[in-house]
Amino acid sequence: MKQVEMIDISKSYDKQTNVLNDINLSINKGEFFVLVGPSGCGKSTLLRMVAGLEEITSGLLTINGEPANHLPPKERKLSMVFQNYALYPHLTVEQNILFGLDVKKVNKEERKRRLKETAEMIGLTDLLKRKPKELSGGQRQRVALARSVVSRAPLCLMDEPLSNLDAKLRAQMRIEIRRLQRQLGLTMIYVTHDQVEAMTMGDRIMVLNEGKVQQVGKPITLYNEPANTFVASFIGSPKMNLGQAELLAEGKQLIVEDKLQFQLSAQDRIHLPPHQKTTIGIRAEHLYPAANHEATHHLEVAGVEHLGNETLIVFEGIGDQLWSAKWSGQWMVSPGDVVPVSISVENFCFFDAENGRLIKPAYKGQSQEVVAQ
Amino acid sequence: MRLALSNKIILYLLLTLSAVILFLPILFAFFMSFMGSQDALLGKILPSHWTLENYEEAFRRLPLLRFLFNSVLISLMIMIGQLIFSSLAAYAFVFLKFKGRETLFFLFVATMMIPFEASIIPNFQTIKALNLIDTYPGLALPFLATAFGTFLLRQTFKQIPIELREASEIAGKGHFKFYLTVVLPIAKSSLVTLGIYSFLSAWNMYLWPLLSTTNDQVRTVQIGLKELQSQEQVNQWGVVMAGAMVVAIPTLILLFIGQKKLQKGLAEGALK
Repeated sequence: MKQVEMIDISKSYDKQTNVLNDINLSINKGEFFVLVGPSGCGKSTLLRMVAGLEEITSGLLTINGEPANHLPPKERKLSMVFQNYALYPHLTVEQNILFGLDVKKVNKEERKRRLKETAEMIGLTDLLKRKPKELSGGQRQRVALARSVVSRAPLCLMDEPLSNLDAKLRAQMRIEIRRLQRQLGLTMIYVTHDQVEAMTMGDRIMVLNEGKVQQVGKPITLYNEPANTFVASFIGSPKMNLGQAELLAEGKQLIVEDKLQFQLSAQDRIHLPPHQKTTIGIRAEHLYPAANHEATHHLEVAGVEHLGNETLIVFEGIGDQLWSAKWSGQWMVSPGDVVPVSISVENFCFFDAENGRLIKPAYKGQSQEVVAQ
Repeated sequence: MRLALSNKIILYLLLTLSAVILFLPILFAFFMSFMGSQDALLGKILPSHWTLENYEEAFRRLPLLRFLFNSVLISLMIMIGQLIFSSLAAYAFVFLKFKGRETLFFLFVATMMIPFEASIIPNFQTIKALNLIDTYPGLALPFLATAFGTFLLRQTFKQIPIELREASEIAGKGHFKFYLTVVLPIAKSSLVTLGIYSFLSAWNMYLWPLLSTTNDQVRTVQIGLKELQSQEQVNQWGVVMAGAMVVAIPTLILLFIGQKKLQKGLAEGALK
């Protein structure tokens, strides 16, 4: 069942330029839905429109199947976690968690029971008498989370809740939020600018850029079949390597950035789009290391990052693009080295050279998906 | 702050000196209130013999206790009124969105540039028309709203993250509940500051009580002081000073109590 639905939603502050354009979206009950995009893309505005904190300029918003454009926030049956947690500094943790329950006419015993249950679930039992200023960032985050859980609202909105935490804590909270959401069967709309968060947490992701929907889909679909070059470079870390490609020699040869040549096999030619000029994209993990005799190309190293279990290598000299490769294990190369690599056309995604839209995803990737099933 | 010993000595000497200079008139008044009229006219600094005569005389000559009571009552009325009205106005200027909010606020603040003396005649006519001459409400009414207080509290309320308002909105708390349960407790220190300030300025009012009262039943203590001075041809300075000491006591008490609260409030606000 659809929990939230948006039909042609737009938002404008000055009645001239739209910060959000014709958003169409439906979010199912119990779904963990992530809104992701760079800063200023309108994702927070969209979330605030769902919450009722921001007016909707045009379009229709329904919550639980009922039009909600003009419903006040308290009647939308939702809870929200803010980026800065929005804890009341003069109240204790307990009072913070229970804030608002008295308005909802929850009786005393029920309040007590819910508090105990929530505090146990989130691990706040020992902190209930403290003030927010006596808590660490992670603990404050938990209080904010508890406040939203205790309200028993079926829909939970989160606006970059983890961006003030350090990397380790963030990873831990990611898992915890996900676990909580599953356990309680919450419908979650989660805003983030961090594509790792989006990939790891979301059932479905919507990528927004400049107020327009770029793509909606499962994380793995977004990764394998990005709808355009923006999604390709936004989702995945490191970003997808992109380059201008041109078909030469009556379609038997592909040349990328006037530098890398690929002879096309018969099978390649079946899968390749017929366009003369395209933008190709290839993931960093598909630039394989190769011994000299099996190398397809030799590339110059611009930078190396050793992560221990894998090595991130940045190549230069492919037009003005920097390409990166992710090799598992430890590779002792240094900037300036020329390294043999193996690149295969079967891993290329093809995008329209003009508007950047996906023409064809990598056919190797697709066949893998079939095998996995 | 760490200072070398010599620097410390100089610093404390300077501080002591300026404190003595500042405090000298009060000290002088204090001693004078205990001397006979002979000593006062001779311009002695310390009384040759200590006496409470002046205090007895001051209380005998005027209903000082009545004046004190009036002053306390009116100052409290003005203080409470200012706290209520300016906090509500400041809330509106921060948390309610309406057209022309900023313009209205600047207009509001601009009234600070008009001295009270300039508006004293219309005020007097208003109070007279309302038949409030010689009443407590008449004394307090013109001071219940204050642009300064609104300005001060608006600045404090602006420090409150707007997310707190939004979170309460989602929790289902209306404006008034949010004002009572969140804004006021958070802005406690500023409220205390404003409260003390408005109490003291109300306490020290002279011109308005003089105009709007005609009998001792509602007069304030500042008018009483003036009456002490002018009743005789030769001023009995000892009596006047005794009266002044009595008048100063409540102010001092308030400052002593307030200071502690004020410091606590300020410290609370500083930690985030």
